[in-house]
Amino acid sequence: MPVEQRVLGGKIVQPSSRRTSHSVLGNLDWVTVLIYFVLVALGWMNIYAVVYSPDNVVNIFSFDINSGKQLLWIGTGVILMIVLLVVDYKVYEHLAYPIYGAIILLLLFTLAVANPVAGSRSWLDLGGGIRLQPAELAKFATALAISKFLSQVSLRQQKMKDQMVLAAITFLPAVIIILQNETGSALVFGAFILAFFREGMSPLILIIGGTAAAIFILTLLIPKLYLLIGIAAVMGLAMFLDYRLMRRFKTMIALFVLVVGMVFSVDYFVNDILQPHQQNRIKALINPEADPLGYGWNVTQSKIAIGSGGFWGKGFLEGTQTKFDFVPEQSTDFIFCTIGEEHGWVGSTILIGLFMLLLLRIVHIAERQKSVFGRTYGYCVVSVIFFHFVINVGMTIGLAPVVGIPLPFFSYGGSSLWSFTILLFILLAIDANRNRELVR
Amino acid sequence: MNYLENRKYVIQAIFLVVGVVYALRLFYIQVVDSSYKQAAETNAIKTVIQYPFRGLIYDRNGQLLVQNTPVYDLMIVPKEARNIDTLRLANMLEIPLEDARERFKKARAYSWVKPSIFMQMLTTQDFAHIQDNLIDFPGFYINARTARGYPHKSLGHALGYIAEISPKQLEDTAYHGYRPGDYIGKAGIEMEYEKYLMGRRGVKYKMVNVRGIDKGSFKDGAYDTLSIAGQNLVSTIDLDLQAYGEYLMDGAKGSVVAIEPATGEILAYISAPFYDPNLFTGKDYGKNYMSLLQDPDKTMFNRPIMADQNPPGSIFKLTQALIALEEGVIDPNTRYACNKSLVNCHPHPSPLDLRGAVQHSCNPWFFQAYRALLNQGKSKNTFTDTSLGLKDWREQVLTFGFGQKLGIDIPGEKKGVVASTDLYDRVYGKNRWKYSTIYSLSIGQGELGVTPLQMANFMATIANKGYYVTPHLIRSIGENGKPLQENQERHYTSVKPHHYEPIIEGMAEVVRAGTARRANLEKVGIVVCGKTGTAQNPQGPDHAVFVAFAPMENPKIAIAVYVEHGKWGGQSAAPIAGLMIEQYLTDTVTMKAQEKWVLSREYLNIKSK
Repeated sequence: MPVEQRVLGGKIVQPSSRRTSHSVLGNLDWVTVLIYFVLVALGWMNIYAVVYSPDNVVNIFSFDINSGKQLLWIGTGVILMIVLLVVDYKVYEHLAYPIYGAIILLLLFTLAVANPVAGSRSWLDLGGGIRLQPAELAKFATALAISKFLSQVSLRQQKMKDQMVLAAITFLPAVIIILQNETGSALVFGAFILAFFREGMSPLILIIGGTAAAIFILTLLIPKLYLLIGIAAVMGLAMFLDYRLMRRFKTMIALFVLVVGMVFSVDYFVNDILQPHQQNRIKALINPEADPLGYGWNVTQSKIAIGSGGFWGKGFLEGTQTKFDFVPEQSTDFIFCTIGEEHGWVGSTILIGLFMLLLLRIVHIAERQKSVFGRTYGYCVVSVIFFHFVINVGMTIGLAPVVGIPLPFFSYGGSSLWSFTILLFILLAIDANRNRELVR
Repeated sequence: MNYLENRKYVIQAIFLVVGVVYALRLFYIQVVDSSYKQAAETNAIKTVIQYPFRGLIYDRNGQLLVQNTPVYDLMIVPKEARNIDTLRLANMLEIPLEDARERFKKARAYSWVKPSIFMQMLTTQDFAHIQDNLIDFPGFYINARTARGYPHKSLGHALGYIAEISPKQLEDTAYHGYRPGDYIGKAGIEMEYEKYLMGRRGVKYKMVNVRGIDKGSFKDGAYDTLSIAGQNLVSTIDLDLQAYGEYLMDGAKGSVVAIEPATGEILAYISAPFYDPNLFTGKDYGKNYMSLLQDPDKTMFNRPIMADQNPPGSIFKLTQALIALEEGVIDPNTRYACNKSLVNCHPHPSPLDLRGAVQHSCNPWFFQAYRALLNQGKSKNTFTDTSLGLKDWREQVLTFGFGQKLGIDIPGEKKGVVASTDLYDRVYGKNRWKYSTIYSLSIGQGELGVTPLQMANFMATIANKGYYVTPHLIRSIGENGKPLQENQERHYTSVKPHHYEPIIEGMAEVVRAGTARRANLEKVGIVVCGKTGTAQNPQGPDHAVFVAFAPMENPKIAIAVYVEHGKWGGQSAAPIAGLMIEQYLTDTVTMKAQEKWVLSREYLNIKSK
């Protein structure tokens, strides 16, 4: 890279652009920081809107209500991010495995000692009314470990053994979290597949995975017979159009048998293996109107809330559907309803736009890393945020099953906010120091 | 490596596709498909406000002064009120069609979906009639709440009233938590003790279906809050005395304030003409209020605490004598001649000592005593001397509660006026006035303004021989509550207790053989100490004043009676005071002749001198 030099007052000085500045603040990606704070602030206001009742007005800063508590989380989050930026960025790479190991132990410890809260054994009571969900911390720890591992081997050239190790790193925490009965949080670990894809994983896996998911959902939506006839028709058409497939007739038959098997096993899986509440979440996605006051309640209510917002929304604090947990988990998992109702399509779309901006910005940041570690970590971050966004917003508008995971930076809750703050600001810390990293 | 980098476009594309799909889906749900909006409207929770019972108010003997009576508001949700036969509605409510349309418009302007009051404060009879027909008017429902009721129709000026909170109050942060349509104390005790009386509103959330049918409480009432009744108040008022006083003052104009001297508890509080407080509770509240506000007798003028422009007249001679005694410029045996060249007087023996001067209210005597008080020779310059004297005197007058708010527990109290050096300096110029300029102060005329409450309080002070307790109307919060701390404080005057003795003796003579013989209660064994007065009134007949306390030993009641245009205190005010004292101390009235005289109102027709 040619270094610009200028003669100033007889001395040769380095151009002091942000790019070459040595201060962390100078190199910090302020665009991301800005989006972060906008999301956090909007989230905070909406958390207040949820608890706001014209019959009993409480100050937004009051610690009796969620918005006041969230402010405390935001404040401590700011301290957290400063610490993350001040710490030597190399720590994250060097200590990736120890951090990961520690978190795994913490997860196991939690599983062993936690008192069940609503069936979930994922909360660690720290005393003084403060509770921690280590599953949230597992996200950034796993992302660090994955990045560290992938920076050592290339996914494309890796041996079977390396692939097994990578799968183990990714899914070990997920398994423990499932044992803690937090299936929703565990699903997040599947999102790392996006990072793997970027690092060289065969696209076939992505395509097969996507097709399988599509068949899975269609099985639940459409009667089995019609579905199979439809699939057979599509396959026949494909063979008719492409003679190469015709030649692989046996393969196609085998594929079809596989699909038939999958359709039936999905049916069996959903109806006989899944626990009732999990069944219900899936049924709610398919046909919420079947039991609007039962398992369809959340989806129905959240769609009504969002739908009633109209184009411009009802206005800040004017919502009627998103009060008093009318939609359950209003300030955590269903916070998007509040936006939908009070700020309408315009507000919802702006929020979606903000997330898009954030996601694309993180991809941009990831791509400008000189180290594989930094880049992979960037993609891990974007995968997790994207997954949360897809599921969280998707479930409120009936496009994704109801999985209890929060909307990043937005939902009420300290563990969630901290977890995403750590996740994002480790990336920003690495990014701010990227010029010190030698190109491999 | 390059082709892997291109995968970032695939990933970005996935993001964007999801974003666009979500935005489109939201557009469908929020803008295209209207079924969700309908669902939201019908599948809503209805908020039912549980109005708390406002605290009751009792008199000192446990008689109910203020109660709650049920009233019914006809509510409307404009969105649901479709296809209404407006004419039939108007007929049912007995209002003109135009009025009904106007009310519709108002409700719609407030909110399309939120309920608002269509017609308020229907009586139980109206309610029964409307309730039967309400089925034909979707979007209308009845909201029951309570209004104030006053079983005895007494004490309106002290009790005050409640009314809908004003838009201005709603914007004020001091009224945080009130909502449009809430009732709030607007005057008197209702206003002063609002925070105790109001209680706390409860909220019930009910699920309703498409037809507005109740589907039970939302989430088993997990979010409901119970209303908490306001606290009851025990007043210091003696309802029997109050009612009897109002009976006597009916048709007259003026004030009566009676105080229990030892405690400062107000026993009777009358502002005449008075009004039935029930006028402010029905649906005609607005009309009644306006007509009272505009009436020429100024019914709404709260005379006992607001009428502070009238000089106290001769009763103020007592103050002058007390301060003169304290200053040592006179003693009980000081005699002055009734020198009518100084100031006019009426026929009586002369010269008199202090007791006699009080008994006969001798103007020249007090002229001379006050001159001795103001011109003590502290300065050789007579102007400066007067000024110094007046300054000293004023400070002492203030210790009697004159010229300042006493702090009664209802709003609107006026300070009154006590002449000051500043005032005269402004009017006449510094060192341009002396005793001969201001001598009318000596007999309670001139730059003096005293409220009837201050007069009664003055009597309580003399009865206590030197202190008063802040007069108040509420004894305690709750039936068994302790007296309020802020009403216990004693305020001492600058005058030592023993100086009160000769004054009290003189006052006893006033009633026994002086100007106020109509207040004499010796027949029932009560020695009344009193003083008459006349407040000069340039606009018409003078106002009559009589202040008194009784019995002489261990006084139980101090009273001030102020009768506008009553001319002489002894004629009009004294008998009212005497009758009320007898009523209070013995629970009966034996002086029927006096009562007849008072009720005849003949004293209003006596020709002025």
